[in-house]
Amino acid sequence: MNVDEGLVLRLADLSKLALPPERVERLRTDLVNILAMVEKLNELDLEGVEPLRYVTEVEQVLRPDRIGNHLDRNSALANAPDSDGEYFKVPRVI
Amino acid sequence: MEYYCTTVLFYYRTNYLTPMFYPSIATTQSALDAGEVTTVQLVERYLASIGDQRYLNIYVEVFADEALDRAREQDGRRRAGAKLGRLAGIVLSIKDVICYAGHGVSAGSAMLEDFVSPYTATALQRLLDEDAIVIGRTNCDEFAMGSGNENSHYGPTRNAADPARVPGGSSGGAAVSVQANTCLMAVGSSTGGSVRQPASFCGLYGFKPTYGRISRYGLIAYGSSFDQIGLLARDPTDIALGLELMAGADNFDATAPNRPVPLYSKATSEGPKRIAYFADILKNEKVDGVIRQTTESALKELRDAGHTVEPVTFDYFDYVVPTYYVLTTAEASSNLSRYDGMRYGYRSAEAETLEETYKQSRSEGFGTEVQRRILLGTFVLSSGYYDAFYGKAQRARRVIQEQLRGILADYDFILMPVSPSQPWPVGEQIDDPVANYLADIYTVLANLAGLPAIAIPAGNDPEDHLPVGYQLMADLWQEEELLSFVCRTKK
Repeated sequence: MNVDEGLVLRLADLSKLALPPERVERLRTDLVNILAMVEKLNELDLEGVEPLRYVTEVEQVLRPDRIGNHLDRNSALANAPDSDGEYFKVPRVI
Repeated sequence: MEYYCTTVLFYYRTNYLTPMFYPSIATTQSALDAGEVTTVQLVERYLASIGDQRYLNIYVEVFADEALDRAREQDGRRRAGAKLGRLAGIVLSIKDVICYAGHGVSAGSAMLEDFVSPYTATALQRLLDEDAIVIGRTNCDEFAMGSGNENSHYGPTRNAADPARVPGGSSGGAAVSVQANTCLMAVGSSTGGSVRQPASFCGLYGFKPTYGRISRYGLIAYGSSFDQIGLLARDPTDIALGLELMAGADNFDATAPNRPVPLYSKATSEGPKRIAYFADILKNEKVDGVIRQTTESALKELRDAGHTVEPVTFDYFDYVVPTYYVLTTAEASSNLSRYDGMRYGYRSAEAETLEETYKQSRSEGFGTEVQRRILLGTFVLSSGYYDAFYGKAQRARRVIQEQLRGILADYDFILMPVSPSQPWPVGEQIDDPVANYLADIYTVLANLAGLPAIAIPAGNDPEDHLPVGYQLMADLWQEEELLSFVCRTKK
């Protein structure tokens, strides 16, 4: 399939990655090679096969939906790049 | 005749071990019980060993003071005759993807370099509750993506058997932490072979349980439908006990079912077993000669011991790696979207707008391989390609699992190599992602199908003295059969 610079830049945008121009061509080549490997899957006839999503096919396990005090505010904010002690501080959104 | 999973109380038998270090939980605890050594002395020996071998770059962080405090406290309890846990005096390392409250955990990434975990992984908590002592967190490939421990923000870890070579990955630091006698057992994680391959490269046992056997709560996610916590040790009996303590349901992981946990450490194995192997691998010239010989010798020994050893065929070897990389990169692209520089993790100081902050934080925080896999995962999930790639791979995963489980309905175990190649020189991994991915072929099989599997050491290559090994795989939830058999046949 055709992997051009535009596709790489679109994927980078969707992935929220800023690729320096000098890395775009290298990643494009990698993607071409990896997709050539992956396209091997097209040889398989998988008509009528159900997708496998859960390898052990466990039943849905549910626990009572109760509020627990899992993480207090100070612990939650402890790893924040920026906070005012009560809230996370982020760049201007609107 | 019955074979019990117990370790012979004789610790000079492994010639690479100096008498200072005990090779198993049983020998360690006997020495502690006999007053031959104190827990503090044990921890001091391991710390000295870490200090002497800094050049191997095993640890991201050593918890020296804390380990000594725990040791002192346990010695006090021991003197007072108070109750001690089943892992009293046992020194462990944890891979840098396992959360431990109040301790750093970074997944080998600049993205999480300053992150301190606010909680403890369920599996680790269960080990701590039994008095395990954690000596430090070990180096690994960034977000567990790699097979040589060379994709780490902290630089490569080196193989103690030959420091010019890689220890394997992604749990490379974990493997060397045991190999180089800096702890007794290592807690690692496996998405596609990250426990078995480094264990094999370092001459150890490395075990990955059935998907869901051990809670993933507190394990930093890579591919959630593949990830499992595993163990690396010199003795399979220790792995059986570690699994017994970690396994079982958890309120914080819906994929860990409420299935009874057998007493793996007490399990016995009896009678002849049926063992399958793939004859094609033994003829495959892309597989290193010494690895094929090791596999053949292992098969011959089992046949000579009275087990049934038969060739079987598997139709999907060419599709194993493509299926694995489509699914794991898709899951990774989704899992790693949480690293946005907002609530935790690295935030670029250069960025101004929200969009710039996302993009620059992620581009500066993630390494090359992680970004490559995120891009691929985004591609296979993107509109227009989802069915052709992601959907197709999920279907392929089913036929792969069905055929393997079909074989395991007729046979107790499948025996095969761990890796097609031996440890390569540090820095010389070819700059070709496809070739590197293809080398994961024999380990990703168990993760694709969710099966338990264990790497078994089989001595050293007579020419370059590097460790060699092979692996055994069993059906879902058959770890009791698998581990007791490995204990029984241990040399």
